[in-house]
Amino acid sequence: MGLLQTLVNGIVLGGLYSCLAVGFSLVWGVLNVVNMLHGSLIILGGYITYFAWHSYGIHPLFALPAVALLMYLLGYVTQLLMINRVVSQPVLTTMTLTFGLDLILYNFMTVYYSATPRRITLDLGAIDLGGIAIPVDRLLGMVLAFGLTGMLYLVMRRSRIGRAIVAVRMDSAAAALMGIKVDRIYAITFGIGALMAGATGVIFAMVYPVTTNLSATYLGKAFVVCIIGGLGSVPGALVGGIVLGVIESFAGQAFGPQHALTVGFLLMLVLLVVKPTGLVGIKGYE
Amino acid sequence: MARWQQYALFAVWLILLASTPLWASNYIVRLAITIAMFTALTLSWNFIGGFAGYPSFSTAAFFGLGCYAGALAQRAGVPMVLAWAIATLFVGAFAAALGAIILRLRGHYFAIGSIGVVEVVRLVVSSWGSLTGGGDGLNLPLLSGGPNAVARIFLLVMIVIMLAAFLATVVVDRSRLGFGLRCIQQNEDAANMVGVNTTRYKIIAYTLSALFCGTVGAAYASWTGYIDPTESFSILLSIKIPVMCLLGGPGSVLGPIIGTAAFTLLEELFWANFLDYNRAILGAVIVILIFFLPGGLLAISYRDIAARIASLSRPRKAAA
Repeated sequence: MGLLQTLVNGIVLGGLYSCLAVGFSLVWGVLNVVNMLHGSLIILGGYITYFAWHSYGIHPLFALPAVALLMYLLGYVTQLLMINRVVSQPVLTTMTLTFGLDLILYNFMTVYYSATPRRITLDLGAIDLGGIAIPVDRLLGMVLAFGLTGMLYLVMRRSRIGRAIVAVRMDSAAAALMGIKVDRIYAITFGIGALMAGATGVIFAMVYPVTTNLSATYLGKAFVVCIIGGLGSVPGALVGGIVLGVIESFAGQAFGPQHALTVGFLLMLVLLVVKPTGLVGIKGYE
Repeated sequence: MARWQQYALFAVWLILLASTPLWASNYIVRLAITIAMFTALTLSWNFIGGFAGYPSFSTAAFFGLGCYAGALAQRAGVPMVLAWAIATLFVGAFAAALGAIILRLRGHYFAIGSIGVVEVVRLVVSSWGSLTGGGDGLNLPLLSGGPNAVARIFLLVMIVIMLAAFLATVVVDRSRLGFGLRCIQQNEDAANMVGVNTTRYKIIAYTLSALFCGTVGAAYASWTGYIDPTESFSILLSIKIPVMCLLGGPGSVLGPIIGTAAFTLLEELFWANFLDYNRAILGAVIVILIFFLPGGLLAISYRDIAARIASLSRPRKAAA
């Protein structure tokens, strides 16, 4: 494979990673909660898409809005009823709680769907750009991922809700004094996080097999992307995702695919120590 | 509870566990081994997570490294007990070196870093096939003498490790180190300001939290006779141990022991009846713990509850 092909593969992969991590990053940045549920939420989105496709023949693209809405509601309610009660407590408490919720969700998905990998086969083929082959399903996934991430960016910048979220992220006490209902913003933020996870699930279902075994892997990717890119901003997740994708692609080429994951994690540990604010740096969620 | 009462309670519990082969079935003996093993791990985690308040999720890395260090030493012909000692020292040195790097992080970053360590070590071990057997795992020579005798030996071994971890906890609890760690837990900057050498204290606590994990891992490998990367570096272990400690009461001497006992017995009960749902039950325990038992079982005011129950059972005065 040529150098250019590896680079393109990496960027396509990176687009998917950005979409995977942006919701996680938002929740971490605004709520100060490491959402261990994220991986399982992605898988849940994937399962809903798979069964919509398998049982009713609904194309994943049409399932996307419904899944997104459903996941938003799920996230909103989870935050409102559960996580809001402990949101200001130490890391150990919030992380353990979300991990507990993750175990419950994971267990029910494994029991009801079993761990057998399921796959949506769209058979879109690949396009050839001057000797560089790109599978169409991945390309579609990347375009959707970038589209959704861009949309989130616009929502953050332009809408009243987005500005309120940014305000809460900067200073939740002052935001409360300005008349923002912080609890509701938290719930909305978590809902958006879940929405992005669900949308990622839809996209991934078109590219990768859907199985609960992958939930920890996805969560790990979200960690790495957030640390690489810098926490809590859309550009951070975008940069982190693409950097990770390209690095994994080249590392897989150089050392074999089984080491690609290790390289990503090592990079994360090094960056954590050397530059914990990430490549883009921590800013407001502008 | 006065100190001597706590120690007496632990002594009773230890004797109860150690005497299981005399009065109970093999199933109970196995359960006692598990409890002793997890108690040692939970007591270890308590140093960094309880006393110093650092959300460390790296228990599985230490345990797994202990498994592999012990197993590799044993396969190289080192006698079993010496292999455990080597594993202990190796894991301790690993934690001290690692701690010097990642203890500069705080809060979420430290938590994520400690999870990342587990992943990296697991990936390295499973891809370094020539040394560690990769995904196929490693086999170890089993002890001769039949399953009953072996179970008794390992029950004793695990209890000795648990006792060592407990004694270390008592020493730390009563020393300057424990006081300094509690200061760090409350306010690290202030502790630093009043002259607590925070970096050194944190590294000592982190190393202590790894030492016994290494021993337990090596002994566990010898006990089961087979190890593989998925089992040894299970992220579930990394979360279970803190949950056990939180269930009992972190930062106390008795908390980890009570938490482990309660959790393991509960898990055993549920495993026997709902095998498919064991993860969900762990999750439910976590949710209940976080919402209803914020300080653990030790923080509940049992006197109040007893008084309330007494007042309920007392005949009410006739309503006017």
